[in-house]
Amino acid sequence: MPTKPDTATTENRERSATVLDLDQLAVHFQLQGNALSRLLGLKGRVVKAVDGVSLRLARGEVLGVVGESGSGKTTLGRALLGLAPTSSGSITYQSADRGPRVVSEMRGAELRGLRTDLQMVFQDPHAALNPSMTIEEAVGHPLVIHGMAQGPELKRRVEEALDKVGLSPTERFLTKLPSDLSGGQKQRAVIARAIILDPEVLVADEPVSMLDMSVRAKILQLMLDLKRDLGLTYVYITHDLATAKYFCDRIAIMYLGRVVEIGPTEEIFDHPRHPYTKALLAAIPEPDPEKMLPRNLPRGEIPDAAEPPLGCSFHPRCPEAVRGCGWESRDLRALVEEHWTRSDTAFDDEQQILGDLEHLDAPSTTATLGSGGSSAVRGILDRIKGEDPDEPLWSGVTSIEDTGPGVTVHFEKAGPPALRRAGGVDVACVLYPDETSDRDEA
Amino acid sequence: MAVRMPHWFRQIWNTKGLSRWIFLVGLFITLVFVVFAIFAPWIAPYHFNQTAVDGVKFPKLGSASSDHWLGTNDQFYDIASRMIWGARTGLEVVVMSVAFAGVIGVPLGLLSGFVGGWIDRVLVFLMDAIYAFPSLLLAIVFAFLLKNTLGGGVVAAALSLTAIYIPQYFRVVRNTTVSAREATYVEAARAIGAPPLTIMRKYLFGNVVQSVPVLGTLNAADALGTLAALGFLGLGIQPNEASEWGYDLSRALDDAQAGNWLPAFWPGLMIVLLITGLTFVGEGLNEGINPALRRRRLQKVVFPARTAGEEVSS
Amino acid sequence: MTVVEHSAHEDDGPVLEARDLRVWYATDRGPVRAVDGVSFQIRRGEILGLVGESGCGKSTLGRGLIGLLPDGSARDGELEFQGLDLLHLSAREQRDLRGTDLAMIFQEPLTRLNPLMRISEHFEETLRTHEKGISKDEVRRRSLEVLRVMGIPPTRYRAYPHEFSGGMRQRLMIALALVLRPAFVVADEPTTALDVLVEAQIIRILHDLRREYDTSLLLITHNLGIIAEACDRVAVMYAGEIVEIGDATAVFSHPKHPYTRELLRSTISLSTTGLNYIDGAPPDLVEPPSGCHFHPRCPDAMRICAERDPVDRDHGDGHRAACWAADLSDGLSLSEDERAPLEREEIAVADEA
Repeated sequence: MPTKPDTATTENRERSATVLDLDQLAVHFQLQGNALSRLLGLKGRVVKAVDGVSLRLARGEVLGVVGESGSGKTTLGRALLGLAPTSSGSITYQSADRGPRVVSEMRGAELRGLRTDLQMVFQDPHAALNPSMTIEEAVGHPLVIHGMAQGPELKRRVEEALDKVGLSPTERFLTKLPSDLSGGQKQRAVIARAIILDPEVLVADEPVSMLDMSVRAKILQLMLDLKRDLGLTYVYITHDLATAKYFCDRIAIMYLGRVVEIGPTEEIFDHPRHPYTKALLAAIPEPDPEKMLPRNLPRGEIPDAAEPPLGCSFHPRCPEAVRGCGWESRDLRALVEEHWTRSDTAFDDEQQILGDLEHLDAPSTTATLGSGGSSAVRGILDRIKGEDPDEPLWSGVTSIEDTGPGVTVHFEKAGPPALRRAGGVDVACVLYPDETSDRDEA
Repeated sequence: MAVRMPHWFRQIWNTKGLSRWIFLVGLFITLVFVVFAIFAPWIAPYHFNQTAVDGVKFPKLGSASSDHWLGTNDQFYDIASRMIWGARTGLEVVVMSVAFAGVIGVPLGLLSGFVGGWIDRVLVFLMDAIYAFPSLLLAIVFAFLLKNTLGGGVVAAALSLTAIYIPQYFRVVRNTTVSAREATYVEAARAIGAPPLTIMRKYLFGNVVQSVPVLGTLNAADALGTLAALGFLGLGIQPNEASEWGYDLSRALDDAQAGNWLPAFWPGLMIVLLITGLTFVGEGLNEGINPALRRRRLQKVVFPARTAGEEVSS
Repeated sequence: MTVVEHSAHEDDGPVLEARDLRVWYATDRGPVRAVDGVSFQIRRGEILGLVGESGCGKSTLGRGLIGLLPDGSARDGELEFQGLDLLHLSAREQRDLRGTDLAMIFQEPLTRLNPLMRISEHFEETLRTHEKGISKDEVRRRSLEVLRVMGIPPTRYRAYPHEFSGGMRQRLMIALALVLRPAFVVADEPTTALDVLVEAQIIRILHDLRREYDTSLLLITHNLGIIAEACDRVAVMYAGEIVEIGDATAVFSHPKHPYTRELLRSTISLSTTGLNYIDGAPPDLVEPPSGCHFHPRCPDAMRICAERDPVDRDHGDGHRAACWAADLSDGLSLSEDERAPLEREEIAVADEA
């Protein structure tokens, strides 16, 4: 069911080449609160695991989805197969022979039928195989479920699939249980199970990260061979930029449920634009003693997706942050605490004056703090500012006014930046303002 | 299953000293009773309901003799025959009640744990309510209810015990299902398009029933005690339907107070022995199957002496 | 304190020295030779990386050095720590040594922290166990100081473990390990569970430890990148043996052992242009292969490799390797027959780790 009538011929060609079309896809999870709030029937917090992702997967390409844990990359992969429910937006699958189908609206049997075309490979091959099923049963089960083969035909197809993934001679593996196989062999069995239905798209969620170094390359090579032989399209989900660089045609960098940069692999690696992409690239420990990690790594960790930072999600960690990034109360708390880790005595001296900082954790563009008198509080803030006048948080402060025994700091309001064209890629960062605003609207 | 048997048996065999002996002793006792139960008509000198042979009535409270190895009781029954036939009754009831409870409890637990939502909540509430009752009281209520429809036979007794044990299977299976539901292989089963029933049957069932045999043997021991208690209270199996130790025990109490304690001693001993045997088997299975409890026998590491040739240096 | 006493008379000698150390553990099938005759030294303030595939015995070696081994395992050989013979101490003496002089950092920090105890209580317990009668103020002062070095704000001192993120917990574990200023720390895959940016932060911290604490560190990892980033020297372990050890730069730029070379080649990094891998799987350590344990997978294997154990030789500047091929290229004379390429058994595609 096409959403728009195709007009231009170029767009037509582009559409036929598109296998998966994601439009503002969002997957939100309702968290269960603690026991008390559940008893009272209160709604828990909402985690926006995937929050407005639009992208197109072209037939035959390898798209890398790269991010840290908590970036939403695994949820995105599950949503593609309908394993995670779509909250809003849509996923459209255009199969080679049956025309477009909207995955995000499918339920039950229809959704299960889709799995003959979209398949998945999991991170932990050991956990992905039923411990009480033999390899023959496990690999052949998709055919049984979809009623596509039985008896000798089933066995023939299973042996064929095992041969394709290199588990040969097959009689050595057919009767084995997963616990009898090595990690690499189990992952081959999982891949065999995925390709036995002859799918078009394979979502591979960290397929090599649990494997030993000496076999990672072997499994990646197998996946490349299968792509060539079977004409597969891959979505390669990973936290490892090094394998993504070798394996992918295009890469989407995800941070806290959003794509922050997407473009051709070469362009991303040769000219990373988003500060997060740059940081990821710089942080990879290379087996080369001459190259050292840079000192200005992003601080902190990926924040809670239930309460993402205001403005750009990456700004609290960003080494290149500027005024318009969306500074807020929690950043002020982090700055004060960081200041306390820099000196022995500051904490004991200043803690009383600033009072409790817990309330700053409620995200807001106004932050009221201090209990030891406005001027004393201002003094501490000035001292912190003096330690690092270039700290971009201060540029986002619009005013500081005295309130009671402390001060109120007002920050400039800013929304999350949208994906915008910059060079050969799309970037969501205030440092790259829209260079093609007129074309985008067309 | 044929492949698995030796595997878990080897695991039990490899457990450390005492628990292995407990298992073997339990197995021996239980097997003796199983032999009694199966071959009762051939082993026992008389039928359990027999009070006369060739028109000659048995003596009342007769002492042990070559005709009556353990004597007779106050109902003119031959005690030895009653004891041997009692093994058949006990094991029949126990096996039936445990099997019924498993057949009902396991699928309910699987369904409840896998589907979740309001079905889960209702079932958990119902099962907890049943579980909260004292088990004997529950069995008495069911025995009363079933007496009118099914009479005082073996099946009625087995069914009144079934109700007690369903919640136990339900709980164990439901809880393991809830955690197994999140396993990657279940997600993988969804990913290959397996419908919910297939997931439960092919992916969850085999992995969540592993603790059921242990529970089964332990419940069997408990069921035997409850059956005896029902019989003791006169609510269980009627003496002319089958021979039941609990009933015999209660009949023998007055005689025991009068000084003749043998008619009470034998059924008591039988109950204690079979319960002990079943419990031992259950504990043994538990140690064999439950890896947390298992402590295997490990040979001490002995380092071979280094060969002089290894130490050559250039 | 004890640390000062030791360092006074042993300035330049090794902090820890293992000579022909073996750590085996029992299974149904017989003893597993997880560590089978390794010799190495760690100097004061040095970071030695220990790298290898899973199952090569690197974790067992790390635990064996600290004495944290499971039931049924045994140690043999010589292990000297600041003049003490570690293998012949009583269980009590070993326990006293752990924490104060020997410490360990684990992969999963959350499983090592008591969820019901505040961070402050963890520090109190650690300090009180080893330094009886220490005052509450002193506990606080020393804990806050080490937390500050780890970048944990003092406001979090009274928090519970679950209130911290993964990287923060690992910092906490390091802080707890270091608050007693041990002379030697084993870190077993300390960053494996962490994201790449946090991993980089932790590597930085470990790398900078010696500046603040003068601690020697054995860093166990499967990631060659981490070794290159953080370590002074590196030991490469295969099938229970250290096959190569030396200065990290030297080992990475001129590996002597074919295993090291192949491991480096099979690692996928940003500069990877082609995929390489090592055929076959690591051997069963109950019955390891004869001669060099790597010979069934080694592309350079000669006949001698399958028959005689290679000798651990210094190839200059303390760069040691146990490999006949390396000896040959260093000028050792081998007979025609010994040098002949080994006819290896066919390795199937799926015979892999």
